[in-house]
Amino acid sequence: MAEQPRVFSIKDINRYIRMKLDSDQLLSDVWLRGEISNFTHHSSGHMYFTLKDKDSRLKCIMFASHNQHLPFIPREGTKVMARGNISVYERDGNYQFYATAMQPDGIGSLYLAYEQLKAKLESEGLFASERKRPIPKYPKAVGVITSPTGAAVRDIIITMQRRHPAVPVYVVPVLVQGTQAAPSIVKAIEMMNRFGEVDVLIVGRGGGSLEELWAFNEEKVARSIAASAIPVISAVGHETDFTIADFAADLRAATPTAAAELAVPHVLELQQQLSHLRSRMENALRHRVRSSREQLASVRRSPYFIHPRKYLLEQAERLDRLQEKLIGLARRKMERNRTSLAKLHAQLSGNHPGEKAAFSANRLQAASRRLEQAMLARVKHNRLQLIGTMKQLDALSPLKIMSRGYSLVYDEKEKRLIKTIQEVQPGDMIKVKLMDGQLECHVWSMRGES
Amino acid sequence: MEQLEEIVAQLEGGDVPLEKAIDLFQEGMRLSQLCGGKLDQVERKIEMLIETDQGFQKKPFAPANEDKGE
Repeated sequence: MAEQPRVFSIKDINRYIRMKLDSDQLLSDVWLRGEISNFTHHSSGHMYFTLKDKDSRLKCIMFASHNQHLPFIPREGTKVMARGNISVYERDGNYQFYATAMQPDGIGSLYLAYEQLKAKLESEGLFASERKRPIPKYPKAVGVITSPTGAAVRDIIITMQRRHPAVPVYVVPVLVQGTQAAPSIVKAIEMMNRFGEVDVLIVGRGGGSLEELWAFNEEKVARSIAASAIPVISAVGHETDFTIADFAADLRAATPTAAAELAVPHVLELQQQLSHLRSRMENALRHRVRSSREQLASVRRSPYFIHPRKYLLEQAERLDRLQEKLIGLARRKMERNRTSLAKLHAQLSGNHPGEKAAFSANRLQAASRRLEQAMLARVKHNRLQLIGTMKQLDALSPLKIMSRGYSLVYDEKEKRLIKTIQEVQPGDMIKVKLMDGQLECHVWSMRGES
Repeated sequence: MEQLEEIVAQLEGGDVPLEKAIDLFQEGMRLSQLCGGKLDQVERKIEMLIETDQGFQKKPFAPANEDKGE
């Protein structure tokens, strides 16, 4: 029997498919290009439409929360690039595209490039606020990098004339549109840096479409603005959207006119400020003179000036007192030193080396005497001992024994002492020593002791 | 202007010897007259800057469409 197949409800299978799609990485954030059809802007604010190309179509929805800031109004037939995710509408079992952003196609790809470059430069820290240089308060000269024919340059010049005609303006004409625009802007920024006479730069153009402004979204322009040693005010006439150049600049002006206003202070403001500074300076000096005068007056009032002799005498008296005190102190000090000198002298003479030497000589003499006596005693003792020993020796002498009747028997040559009969033969010559001489004898026979 | 601001700040600081203060004041007056003179200038100084082989060249510049409205 085959196994019972598993049966799903429609709801469950739709949910399962939705789960599958939602977990797909590609489908969770995807860009699509297509043409809008069946467009409905529902009263709820949500937009329902179909995106199609010549081969295929896809149901789409853009919720009100996402479509309220659309930079254009979608219509039937509009070609668009849309960003969003693909998911399933479970109730109808439809998969559809949930758009979160949409651009008319053509500039859509520019928009993508813009977002990517912006993210890249931002991560490099090119837009960091600590990189921004301050715009000089009182610029000596202003450099303007823009088209020489547009409204922008005219607005900038008029505004600067109005505000501060004395600040010289140098215009470097550049292309602000087309493929040559970016290199020409970069070249102009480098040139202004070499020129070195201006201390603030305005880089910009009048408003336009994203394509027209494109040079100000190019990487090399942004990098060149960031690299400029002269602070840069960006002036791209586009109130709402920022260009990459705006992010890279030290200051962003919404329009060329605003840039000129930021670059130079108004001459009337300056004049007011100047007269304010002048009066502050005068006040400060007046104040300074007044306080100096008061100081002088108070010095003059000083008793030293009024009764100089009195203070002189006081000082003389003080000097005398100090002198007395000084002498007294010196005397006491000398006295103390003398006392301690005497004490030291006494200590020193108690330890005279002559006395020590005499004492040692005495000890030496006594010791020599004791040594001599000990030697004599020792010699005498030894002599007595010698005499005793000699007497003992004399008593033991063989001559002494012979006097008592003993004799010594030698062989013929008087070499050997004969102690047993074994050592001689009958007929041998022997010598017998007695106390007073010797006998020369012949051996006749031997008879051993039994 | 910046120098002038510094001088005023020094004078207001108050611990400047009188002689120095007077020098500062004179210098300040000189600067303020200089700045005032510059502010009164109305001559236009708008030039086009072009770099050639000979170096930087300045040419008088008038925006092309400035006269359009007249």
